[in-house]
Amino acid sequence: MARFAMVIDTLKCVGCMDCVVACKTENDVPEGLNRDWITTVTEGKFPTLRTEIRSERCNHCGNPPCVHCCPTGASHVHDLDGVVLVHHNLCIGCKACLASCPYDARFIHPKGYADKCTFCIHRVEKGLDPACVSVCPTHCMYFGDLDDPNSQVSRLLQERKHHALLPEAGTRPQIFYLI
Amino acid sequence: MEVTITRHNEMIDPTVHVWGWEIPVYLFLGGMVAGMMILSGYFFLKGRSRDLVCVCYRIPLIGLVLISLGMLALFLDLEHKLYVWRLYTTFEIKSPMSWGSWILLLVYPALLANFFMYVPDPIRSRLPFLQNWSDKLRSLPNAPIIVGKFNIAVGILLGTYTGLLLSSLGARPLWNSAILGLLFLTSGLSTAAAFVHMIAKDQWERETLAKADNMFLTAELVILALFIINMLSSSEVQIRAAMLLLTGPYAATFWVFVILLGILVPLFIQTRAVKHKVIHTPIAPLLVMLGGLILRFILVGAGQLSHYALYKF
Repeated sequence: MARFAMVIDTLKCVGCMDCVVACKTENDVPEGLNRDWITTVTEGKFPTLRTEIRSERCNHCGNPPCVHCCPTGASHVHDLDGVVLVHHNLCIGCKACLASCPYDARFIHPKGYADKCTFCIHRVEKGLDPACVSVCPTHCMYFGDLDDPNSQVSRLLQERKHHALLPEAGTRPQIFYLI
Repeated sequence: MEVTITRHNEMIDPTVHVWGWEIPVYLFLGGMVAGMMILSGYFFLKGRSRDLVCVCYRIPLIGLVLISLGMLALFLDLEHKLYVWRLYTTFEIKSPMSWGSWILLLVYPALLANFFMYVPDPIRSRLPFLQNWSDKLRSLPNAPIIVGKFNIAVGILLGTYTGLLLSSLGARPLWNSAILGLLFLTSGLSTAAAFVHMIAKDQWERETLAKADNMFLTAELVILALFIINMLSSSEVQIRAAMLLLTGPYAATFWVFVILLGILVPLFIQTRAVKHKVIHTPIAPLLVMLGGLILRFILVGAGQLSHYALYKF
């Protein structure tokens, strides 16, 4: 079983939003809604300021609260690769998963079901990278299997300092930001 | 710290607001019906059903109507309504909402069994076959005991799950407390006792329920205090979540409508009423029910506002 993860180099990301556009185009995400987005965080006091630009999306958590709270089993973890997905025809639109996600990564699709990033599973199954990774002009995004110690994502996490988002929420996020 | 997010998803940004009036109304009605089932079941078990006609014989029918209204509110909240039947094609053991959907199926037979213990006269005269069913049920050995236990068990499940439903949603620090289950159960008992206190015609029954309500209100006050202490003695995000109620945007409503008008004032009035210093009026029970409803609105609203990301407050 694979454990897919994404590693994003915040030192390379310029916040161009190509990943956002690629995702919307690839997955036909409705107008006004986003499966991924850019967060810019500036910390410190002038003149010692530090800015981090992050491409964010569903963290495909190892302990996903959205899956645990789903009353119909619509939200589920893919058997083979640990990706968190939604069966649209099982979802009743109760919004418990939206309320339970600490990353606010989900939304209600205009057709009524809960929607979110799928890691472009339809592309990954064909051996391709997710759309956002494949279009990044600064090559700051990496996708791969954390269970493979020789994968690029595993090696980057061994070599570089990194952090995940809100680990204190206990969700074991699978997206890591190199700093 | 300055944070800019390019996302602007409906119901999520700038703060989560996925649940509107429907969920608090359902939680209120569900809690009140749970309280009614427990009270009714208790008096059946104690063999006092003939002394407490309203709570044991009129409440089941009202409970059926109220729980149906609550489920209607729940249905209205769904975004994918045509797929609601999917709730009953599976049982997700980790999901309190799945537990709740199956518990709600038990509520109807429990309330109907309670109803058939005594079919009210106007209904009996129009639908005589109901009396036959009622006679069959009552001819069973220990029928009141069985019906009473069944109602108490289902009532406790229903009243508790409404709180646990929120506390299981890990991303919202204000809800991350199992005390919510106990709080909603106690509040449900309190509003149910207040409702019967308001509509009962018999003076003795009203006093009995007013005394019970005073006990429940006191317990609710203690549990609310424990809930707040629990939050304040936890991590930074939970302290901030508690502050939403204590000093933040929900503070005025919490202190005035939940604590003062919803608990302290009716407790004072009802304590004097049971001592025969003032007469029983609908004012205190109405305040209790309003307080219970607003408590749910506040907890659902403030809970959605609470967040692990500190910049979200």
